[in-house]
Amino acid sequence: MIEGILIGLKTALTFQNILMVMVGCFFGTIIGMLPGLGPMTAIALMIPITYGFDPATGLILMAGVYYGAVFGGSTSSILLNAPGVPGTVATSFDGYPMAQQGKAGKALAIAAWSSFAGGTLAAIYLLFMAPSLSKVSLSFRSPDYFALMILGLTAIAAFSSKGQFIKAMMMVVLGLMLASVGQDSLSDITRFTFNNMNLTDGISFVLVVMATFAMSEALTIILKRNDPTAAAKQVSLTELGSIKINKEERSKMLKTIPRTSIIGFLIGVLPGAGATIASFLAYGMERNLVKDEEKEKFGKGSVHGLAAPETANNAACSGAFVPLLTLGIPGSGTTAVMLGALLGFGIQPGPRLYVTNPEIFWSVIMSMYIGMVILLILNLPLIPYIARILAVPKNYLIPLILFFSITGIYVMSFNNFDIYLMIGIAVVATFMRLYDFPMPPLILAFVLGGLMEENLRRSLLISNGSFDFLWARPLTAIILVFTILIVGWQVYKSIKK
Amino acid sequence: MNINTTKIISLLFFIFSAFYLYTAYQIQVFSFDENAPFNARTFPIYLGYAGLFFSGLKVILPDPNTIKIEHKTLEYKKTAILVLIAIIYGATILKVGYFLTTSLFLIASYYFLGERRWILMFLLSFPFVAAFMYLLHGVLEIYLRDPFLKMIGVMG
Repeated sequence: MIEGILIGLKTALTFQNILMVMVGCFFGTIIGMLPGLGPMTAIALMIPITYGFDPATGLILMAGVYYGAVFGGSTSSILLNAPGVPGTVATSFDGYPMAQQGKAGKALAIAAWSSFAGGTLAAIYLLFMAPSLSKVSLSFRSPDYFALMILGLTAIAAFSSKGQFIKAMMMVVLGLMLASVGQDSLSDITRFTFNNMNLTDGISFVLVVMATFAMSEALTIILKRNDPTAAAKQVSLTELGSIKINKEERSKMLKTIPRTSIIGFLIGVLPGAGATIASFLAYGMERNLVKDEEKEKFGKGSVHGLAAPETANNAACSGAFVPLLTLGIPGSGTTAVMLGALLGFGIQPGPRLYVTNPEIFWSVIMSMYIGMVILLILNLPLIPYIARILAVPKNYLIPLILFFSITGIYVMSFNNFDIYLMIGIAVVATFMRLYDFPMPPLILAFVLGGLMEENLRRSLLISNGSFDFLWARPLTAIILVFTILIVGWQVYKSIKK
Repeated sequence: MNINTTKIISLLFFIFSAFYLYTAYQIQVFSFDENAPFNARTFPIYLGYAGLFFSGLKVILPDPNTIKIEHKTLEYKKTAILVLIAIIYGATILKVGYFLTTSLFLIASYYFLGERRWILMFLLSFPFVAAFMYLLHGVLEIYLRDPFLKMIGVMG
């Protein structure tokens, strides 16, 4: 492991990669602060830029954007009660009241230090957990992978559906259907191409991400007459106050951070769960664990109440990398985008990544830590200035998002068909978003579609066409039991409603 | 049964799944693969049935979370214009080239979204695109085809 850490440090500490972490954190913070534009949009917009880099640098840049976006989301939660990303909703419960009491600077500092500590601890957990999990996952067979993918897709549908599980499952199926377009990987038979040569290689992952997130986000903002920059304009006007944390506050944070980092990390590891659930769970758990007098301060500017979700959501971001790096199966929409980008580089994450591309594996882990330091050193004092950059009117912001989306596709394929297809998918996605059809399950399904078919193919061929491979191995059966529990829970919730 | 837009979307998805399933059955596979436990049409067929199942459920089951949208408050006109500009951009980018079409696309989008500060619009189009092009083409070495710049002798 020491050797791995050194490889990671050597790769992550090159001038170019440090610059990429800084650019990523800065850009991610800006996008994360804009309500509605989350880390997935930020990462999607970065994909064209990563084409020019090696895979490690590309992934480091995207990881920086991810953390930056979560940090930016916390800032708008604290200053404006307008969470930029869902993972920072719980931050506003105590962060905003603190800002209202004239302690905005302090709230931002507590959030920044908690994020830093949560992220750092989670990076350490990842450091120890990922290599051993990689070794364990080498024993996984095709039926296990197939079952794991079913679990991941069901879980993301359950957690992102806002109580509308069937809609989310429809999006999963749509994602898999889109992934089935093009040549079959084994027989090279073309499917669903309708004799169109442009579809022979299938639909590009970048196209689907750009269309369903960046472009449809921009169209939704115009359609709904939202102004994501309006909130940001107020940030620069807010009096921040001191960013110093006193001894009492520090001791409260020291109690909260270790326990909530563990819960955040573990929730992040679970497929589909992610930062939102981690932050709410940590907030609830912390409230139950503190003394009665502290309990009453929750919702009114409690240090525990602010530190808990901030630690947990950052720890969850690191946790989400565990299934991606060790199993090659992303646990969240954001890591699905990263998986797609890695596949684009010709790299297949999974247990072998640890052996075949150790520099990528370790440099991502090390860059997480560097990203946390950069967020703390650069972003905290720079928040008022970053907020001023954000006051770009939406009349400029929207065309620029569209420009980045179309450029991303253009530099990849150099044909008009892909641009038309992207616009078409974006229009449909915009309309579906209006009616609460969630997009993250579609992206995860699209990314996993090929792998899922391949593993189902192997499993069925081995079992001679019989579906008994689903319960033949204990591991497969256990994973499927979890899937059934998730579905059962969703059905129970619906009946209760 | 209460008919709402979500159910109409689900019904459309049901029809789409039926079409997908029909097309999946039409996929030509090699004759020796026809009766294999798994061939090129197996997975799409499962997906077709899954689509029919979930969309069918959504159509049939009662919908407690009916989403009501005030269509009058939505900005359909500007959105449609923006989509149209993007389509024109897509149609001309290969023939005219990246620099000119992208700059014009940005200016047109700013204008239709209500911007009238021409100097700012200019700065955030031509020089901005030139800088971005330099980043992609010059620094990151990502090839960008541009017949217009080639014609005026800027690009080799």
